[in-house]
Amino acid sequence: MFLPNAQAYARPRLPSSDPVTAPRLHAHELACQRGDRLLFRALSFALEGGDILHVTGANGTGKTTLMRALAGLTTPFAGTVACEGARGLLDERTALDPDLPLGRALAFWRRLDAGGDGGEVRARLALDALLDVPVRYLSTGQRKRAGIAVLLARGVPIWLLDEPLSGLDHAAIALVQEIIAGHARGGGIAVIASHQPLGLDSVVTLALEDHRPQVDAV
Amino acid sequence: MIAALLRRDLATFFPFAGGGAALPVVFFVAVAMLYPFAVGPDANTLSRTGGGVVWIAALLAAILPLEKLVARDIALGMFDQLRLRGLTEEAIMAVRLLAHWLSFGPPLLLAALPAAALLALDRSTLELLLLGLLAGTPGLAAIGLMIAALTASLRAGAALSGLLLIPLALPILIFGAGALARQDAASIGFVAAISLLLIAIAPFAAGAAIRAAREV
Repeated sequence: MFLPNAQAYARPRLPSSDPVTAPRLHAHELACQRGDRLLFRALSFALEGGDILHVTGANGTGKTTLMRALAGLTTPFAGTVACEGARGLLDERTALDPDLPLGRALAFWRRLDAGGDGGEVRARLALDALLDVPVRYLSTGQRKRAGIAVLLARGVPIWLLDEPLSGLDHAAIALVQEIIAGHARGGGIAVIASHQPLGLDSVVTLALEDHRPQVDAV
Repeated sequence: MIAALLRRDLATFFPFAGGGAALPVVFFVAVAMLYPFAVGPDANTLSRTGGGVVWIAALLAAILPLEKLVARDIALGMFDQLRLRGLTEEAIMAVRLLAHWLSFGPPLLLAALPAAALLALDRSTLELLLLGLLAGTPGLAAIGLMIAALTASLRAGAALSGLLLIPLALPILIFGAGALARQDAASIGFVAAISLLLIAIAPFAAGAAIRAAREV
């Protein structure tokens, strides 16, 4: 089994009070395809609570495909994904109704997740001023912040973030870095697909280029 | 969770709820209004053929909401996020079927009253027509949902869904409109049976179609 960075597993972990609820995300010999093309193969990693995995790769190397396979939305071509704990996915499609004002679009997910008021999260992501603005008028960065607010309010242990920093300004990037670091400190798992540096400490990096199939499988 | 989802679906699809989904009902009444202009105002001809026209108008009105029914939420990533919250595609589609029928069946039944007046339908024909539409619209909604889910990932999906719905809706039309011609409520039982079968299949077929759309 390939381990992206053996040191990550020697790192002392936060004490986990309940081993049953400790999150876990293992990928074993994963291979994914898009259309007829095999994007990567023999990809394995094992993440426990507190781990951050940074998936790097140029456009088209399969970052999004990997995230969707890890989320359980698609079946990988080969290999398995084992996971304990609920998964949350943040990608470019934030699932917020474009015709609704942001406040009502967020309220739908809050009702569905049976979460609290979420005011704290909104304030932290500076969304309060935007609640009356229809989602389709929001900029890319504002929409991304709203997506992060939905993810945060859900309180799931495993985060799958597909390009979480794209479209954000400097202040928002710093904030999201802080949120991700805080999530890991709290015993959560974060898998981040991004082609830009994350600026986070103790991150394991997984380069998809290293797993490109040697012979094209067409 | 299911209640919150149904509420959202109804808010999206119900006519006059802000989603602009009143078009099928308006279209339905417009067809009933145009027909006397096309064939002439002879009350006898109208009342003899009017019931069938209402059925055709209902069938065509069922095509209109299909474009937004599934494809939009796939593009928004709505189904992905619901799946991550543990809802199966079948459950999501069952809720969507209920919301789709509620936002299209009962408004159509109401609109059938002015349509019947425009077409000079007598009382017994109107009763059979309403009963038939009540039994048939759930089936039309189920066919529509399956087609919308199957064509959601195709580029010409909207145009194709109309073409696909018409032949599949023929059994409902034959028995539903047939009840009017024979003045016989028994064939409405067939319409109800077809509808029940379609309702039972639709969430599974549409759910599988959504899952398949993710793999491309």
